[in-house]
Amino acid sequence: MSRKTLLGLGLGIIALLLLPLFLPRFYVYLASIILLYGLLATSLNLVLGYGGIFQFHHAVFYGVGAYGTTLMLMKTSLPALCAFIAGPLVSAAFGFLLGIICIRLSKLYFGMLQISLGSLVWVIVYRWYAFTGGDDGIHGIPMPEMLSSPKSAYYFTLIITLVSLFIMWKMIRSPFGSVLQGIRDNPVRSEMIGINVRRHQLLALVLAGFFAGVAGSLFVVVDNTVFPDMLFWTLSLEIVIMCLLGGWFTFLGPMLGAAVIVALRTFVSTYTDYWALVLGITMMLVIFFLPSGILGYVEDKFKRGFIEPEIEEQ
Amino acid sequence: MLEVTALSKTFAGFKAVNQANLAVEKGEIVAVIGPNGAGKTTLFNLITGIIKPDSGRVLFKKEDITGLAPYEVCRKRISRSFQIVNVFQRLTVFENVQISVLSREKKTWNLFTPSASLAIKETDEILESVGLLKKKNRTTALLSHGDRKVLEIAMALGGSPEFLILDEPTAGMAAEETSRCIDLIKKLSRTMGLTILFCEHDMEIVFGIANRIMVMVRGGTVIQGSCGEVRCNEAVQDAYLGGSDTCLKAS
Ligand SMILES: Nc1ncnc2c1ncn2[C@@H]1O[C@H](COP(=O)(O)OP(=O)(O)O)[C@@H](O)[C@H]1O
Ligand SMILES: [Mg+2]
Repeated sequence: MSRKTLLGLGLGIIALLLLPLFLPRFYVYLASIILLYGLLATSLNLVLGYGGIFQFHHAVFYGVGAYGTTLMLMKTSLPALCAFIAGPLVSAAFGFLLGIICIRLSKLYFGMLQISLGSLVWVIVYRWYAFTGGDDGIHGIPMPEMLSSPKSAYYFTLIITLVSLFIMWKMIRSPFGSVLQGIRDNPVRSEMIGINVRRHQLLALVLAGFFAGVAGSLFVVVDNTVFPDMLFWTLSLEIVIMCLLGGWFTFLGPMLGAAVIVALRTFVSTYTDYWALVLGITMMLVIFFLPSGILGYVEDKFKRGFIEPEIEEQ
Repeated sequence: MLEVTALSKTFAGFKAVNQANLAVEKGEIVAVIGPNGAGKTTLFNLITGIIKPDSGRVLFKKEDITGLAPYEVCRKRISRSFQIVNVFQRLTVFENVQISVLSREKKTWNLFTPSASLAIKETDEILESVGLLKKKNRTTALLSHGDRKVLEIAMALGGSPEFLILDEPTAGMAAEETSRCIDLIKKLSRTMGLTILFCEHDMEIVFGIANRIMVMVRGGTVIQGSCGEVRCNEAVQDAYLGGSDTCLKAS
């Protein structure tokens, strides 16, 4: 990483740390939501952009993590920390379970089967009043004292998000991450150089599930509620669009996409009820005009400056 | 070293490979020749596990490897290149080969060490030996076709193979690239002691580097023998080389 990038990152983090000192309560809440959605989108991008796996129903793992944490908080007397760890672990287990069922199918078929199975999970959550609160969801989830104010929830979200991003960033640069990108580009070739493709993909799905679960638990901290829409397929679509819009071959693209989409949604829904329509149009515009997303576009422009002369000299 | 017996594969009623036989001894260079659609690529796919055979056997160093998955075949030290370029197009030349080396070193489950610090020497050595070291930081999408074919071979070498399978290694190359590629194949055989199985359309290349030749027509083996034997075989001349003067010319 270059010095400039490090400096930029440092300044960005300082700005994020100072933000609650200046912003009104609602915007602090909004910033927390952006952060955790950014984390969610980045976790999807681990398998979508870097792994080339069509994970079309990522929201399931987000929702399962949120419900996992909530139910642990409400139904057991274990310390809150256990609940925050349990949520992501349950998501990871779900990632493994759905993964092992869907992984045999390729590309689009993987995505379709995942949408069907994920919708099944949604139906269960939606209907099982006794356990999940059904379509009402669960409100007023008790938080430990430390996390009960919007500001402390924000800082908690910020720290966990940064740590998670850092871990994912390390993973993408590890041999496992290289292999994952190789599989994305060419699964047949990957097999032929000795890589057990399905097993590596499965681990990627488990990791993506885990970090989606972290995002879900963070939502519980920020909003103190859970509801079945958290694992409805429309949210999955939104997360995919965040990745595409921000740039799915870049690391921070999904975070940027999340910021744009969440801001847009908050803004648009005060004026109109047709958020889905706006989302659809956004998606089409992105696909036509920015196929590699905002950050991808910027990077391409930037890189081209270096590469073109090199080719010419040949 | 490799022994293929009565290998067959049918695609929707079409016998792509039909009772093919092939033997390759350690240290040899064996060529498979045959017209387009004879089943050469399919034969290589069957040996390397990309396609499962309907019947027949593949023995490697006396061990039955029939129907193993490609990654298992690779771990037996059999590597291959593809006729249609099959590389990681979003990654750099270096990364393409490095992944192959990391895979052989069984480091692919490592989640936290930066790749950038691993297998550098080994990867650079391979790139050096095939002549791609200068272009190591280029994205493969930006390489010429010839360089990508060579990268194919470099990736195969990343697995430290004992047995190398090359599917039309020089196809689509310019004349100069072709001669460099042939030198490379000879070098791999001589100095690294690799056993090589390849298929190729250009008869000059085949007769120039192969120790023995297997002729394939309509999925089956017509003959396997030395260059001279193959040249003078009547069935081969009828089916493939066309005209009986090739034999006379050679002798
Ligand atoms: N996956 C496949 N499905 C159906 N037909 C195939 C498949 N692979 C190869 N074939 C057919 O098998 C025949 C042999 O192909 P191939 O092995 O590529 O020949 P060669 O490499 O000798 O040119 C061709 O007629 C081809 O159309
Ligand atoms: Mg072929």
